[in-house]
Amino acid sequence: MNAIVMRRASAWPQRTMRAALLLVAVAFLVVFLLFPLAVVFAEALRQGVAAFLASIAQPEARSSILLTLLVAGIAVPLNLVFGVSAAWLMTRFQFRGKALLGTIIDIPFSVSPVISGLIYVLLFGAQGWFGPWLDAHGIKVIFAVPGLVLATVFVTLPFVARELIPLMQSQGGEEDEAARVLGALLYGVLLCNARAMGEFGAVSVVSGHIRGLTTTMPLEVEMRYNEYDYVGAFAVASLLALLALFTLAIKSLLEWRYADALAAHAPGGH
Amino acid sequence: MRRRVLPGFGLSLGLTLSYLGLIVLLPLAALAWKASDAGAGTWLHLFSSARVIAALRLSFGGALIAALLDALAGLLVAWVLVRYRFPGRRLLDAFIDLPFAMPTAVAGIALTALYAPNGWLGGWLALAGIRVAYAPQGVLVAMAFVGFPFVVRTLQPVLENLDREIEEAAESLGARRWQTFTRVLLPTLAPALLTGFALALARAAGEYGSVIFIAGNIPMRSEIAPLLIVQKLEQFDYAGAAALAVIMLGFSFVLLILISHLQRWSGRWAELPA
Amino acid sequence: MQISNLTRHFTGFAALDDVSLSIAPGEFVALLGPSGSGKTTLLRILAGLDYPDGGNVEHEGTDFLAAPARQRKVGLVFQHYALFRHLSVRENIAFGLRVRPWRTRPRRHDIVERVRQLLRRVQLEDCGDRFPAQLSGGQRQRVALARALAVEPSLLLLDEPFGALDAQVRVRLRRWLRELHDESRLTTIFVTHDQEEALELADRIAVMNKGRIEQVDTPEVLYQHPATPFVCEFIGKVNKVPLTYRHDRLAASEWSLPEAPWADRYGAAMAYIRPEHLAVAVDEAQPAWSARLRHIYLAGSVTHLDLHVTSMDQALEADIASEELASLGLRPGMDLRIAPRRAVVFPHQHGSAELLSELRWEWRDSNGEGRDAGALAPPAPALSM
Repeated sequence: MNAIVMRRASAWPQRTMRAALLLVAVAFLVVFLLFPLAVVFAEALRQGVAAFLASIAQPEARSSILLTLLVAGIAVPLNLVFGVSAAWLMTRFQFRGKALLGTIIDIPFSVSPVISGLIYVLLFGAQGWFGPWLDAHGIKVIFAVPGLVLATVFVTLPFVARELIPLMQSQGGEEDEAARVLGALLYGVLLCNARAMGEFGAVSVVSGHIRGLTTTMPLEVEMRYNEYDYVGAFAVASLLALLALFTLAIKSLLEWRYADALAAHAPGGH
Repeated sequence: MRRRVLPGFGLSLGLTLSYLGLIVLLPLAALAWKASDAGAGTWLHLFSSARVIAALRLSFGGALIAALLDALAGLLVAWVLVRYRFPGRRLLDAFIDLPFAMPTAVAGIALTALYAPNGWLGGWLALAGIRVAYAPQGVLVAMAFVGFPFVVRTLQPVLENLDREIEEAAESLGARRWQTFTRVLLPTLAPALLTGFALALARAAGEYGSVIFIAGNIPMRSEIAPLLIVQKLEQFDYAGAAALAVIMLGFSFVLLILISHLQRWSGRWAELPA
Repeated sequence: MQISNLTRHFTGFAALDDVSLSIAPGEFVALLGPSGSGKTTLLRILAGLDYPDGGNVEHEGTDFLAAPARQRKVGLVFQHYALFRHLSVRENIAFGLRVRPWRTRPRRHDIVERVRQLLRRVQLEDCGDRFPAQLSGGQRQRVALARALAVEPSLLLLDEPFGALDAQVRVRLRRWLRELHDESRLTTIFVTHDQEEALELADRIAVMNKGRIEQVDTPEVLYQHPATPFVCEFIGKVNKVPLTYRHDRLAASEWSLPEAPWADRYGAAMAYIRPEHLAVAVDEAQPAWSARLRHIYLAGSVTHLDLHVTSMDQALEADIASEELASLGLRPGMDLRIAPRRAVVFPHQHGSAELLSELRWEWRDSNGEGRDAGALAPPAPALSM
């Protein structure tokens, strides 16, 4: 039999196998990942665009948006400064305990969000270490905005550092290095922000759920959901989903530009 | 000493250490202190409480199963994304990170809506007699959802760097396709697979927001450990909450040590001195 | 094995263009050529890792390409070893035997024994339990070879196996490979771009260029009687002297080709002259070029002379036996009379730079020794010093 014919013949079982695998993988991804995204918007618009807009315009929604922006607006820059400082320290100097430092920076990643909130309650809550002192001075941390900020800072602490450190370690000192470092920085800030705005568990624990005062967007979503205001919940959720999509888009753009510099990182989550 | 050559050692050290000390170490110290202050009674109660044990079993056992599922699905997806060319590949690749980028509460209500008996998927599954929402299965689904990107993202670079010649060598030596896969490719991928598995596991075990909506939170059945901590806090049982948190951290720690050993063992051939 | 008219196209170019070659059993054939010549493509097709667009290969009466790679009983050795890093040396070698289906798989004891024998053959008895990462490049390649030999192939294919190794290791392994081949008499096809390697190792060499085989011959014939301009330039060193048709002869300034192979049909040609075929002390009575000796490079038993012919404004290189240096009284700056004793000549296509290799003509000065003081029998090919 002619070799060319042979090649085509023997390729068929392999080709159908490939097609099958491809189909299964794509179908899985669509159902597993894309459906949840789609359902957010579907549910938000279930009663029409007008209802959606009205829901967003409600004062609780607006204040939750503002609060989310405020908290992220404080937490992200703080962690940015920290991240740069830590990356500079870790990659430019030799000293004992570097590995330990690295592990400590990674701690917020491996701790459950609820525990992340818990530790601040234990520190600043009514029965916490500083509880009585704060109370005596009339300062509210837990169940107030400062607590939200602290908890958010904790959970988003590693992001910028984690993106910068591997990159800065392998620096050659050329011009394009500066661009790559900036790219990694941007990437880290992006992830940091996405997590900061979307954080739920930790913030839930320290917030006290005081509507209009200590309710961020994710918490607002929960509250509306528990009140059976599904459209309302999904409406706010869809805003967060849009933020997620935006984050993904910029991330992809950055990756396609700086592919090698950002390869193989596993960002954390909530 | 190199430290003196570049500027800013003192500054960056001071900043980094004080920041970490305030934000990370101090609160953790408070946790350790509170937990140790809890008294034998609290601890005993925790260890003997069937509810606590059930919650821990669900959180960690469920995370194990979810991470396993993630490993299998992640391997398939990573393989397809790296090896095959098809329209929309890059787009799909970008979406792998969706569970990362999406806030957990949003994921939580979305998954619930999907798998509820009247949801897009829940309806079909109900026909097959499978309940997902408001059941332990829902917990698994949510955990798998959040852990999925870890596996894919750790596998992709390794897959991309696989040397085709290795597979060609195996083929020329007489290996069939599946033999090449199991004897050559999988062992090479094992360390990365385990890393991804561990990351997914760590994430899933501590997961709160995505899980509590779909779980139903029925004590002894679909109640996760973080929820118990929240409840204790609401009851002002700080000691109990702290103790439970320490138990959770302890479990995670042990798990991660085990997996890191497993990883090192599976990748021992890669780090041998020349 | 009979390879007939193989063609393989990739987008935009032909990697193989109507390639045919026959290989005798037990022969050691080298595929020699620059990168892009198609030699690796040919090897991969034989290995079963690629399929041709046209042509076929016959082996022992059967269609060789009909079987998939894993059924061809071919041993393959790669430039970068392609060892299984997660397996020990022993397990690497045993791989081919362990993946055999049940029925044809040897018993465990036999596998162990065979691995032991092979380890001895490749002189790595102590390294059985080490991992590839712990071995040097030369050791790794020997393991790769042992692994390929373990499955008792009927054909051994090597793709630039020594390319990634140091020069010394390369030379050592080269000799060792040849010994192995002489022992085993396994049909071997060896791809390389290093002519030294090919000339030293092969029974026959196929010189390839741009997807075609330019010449297939033994190393001696290839060197002494190159068939095409490419082979002339690729193998060994060569002087290129352009000739133009003047007074019924093809000539280059003071010297002309004594014979007129194509009568007057071609006005221009190119003569390829090996350095050892340039006589450097030509008698006054003979036509010769006036050249200035610019440099003398003494390299062991052969001396290279760097000459410049003013009338053609061309640099030429001549090789003489080092003993002759003294007897000829050569000193840099001297003027010499030089002339070729042997040449391979190709005519130019009318009005173009292309040479017609089909009209190749080999000339040899029939007046040999005694006629001029500097006429020498060409020394052995001076390729490596």
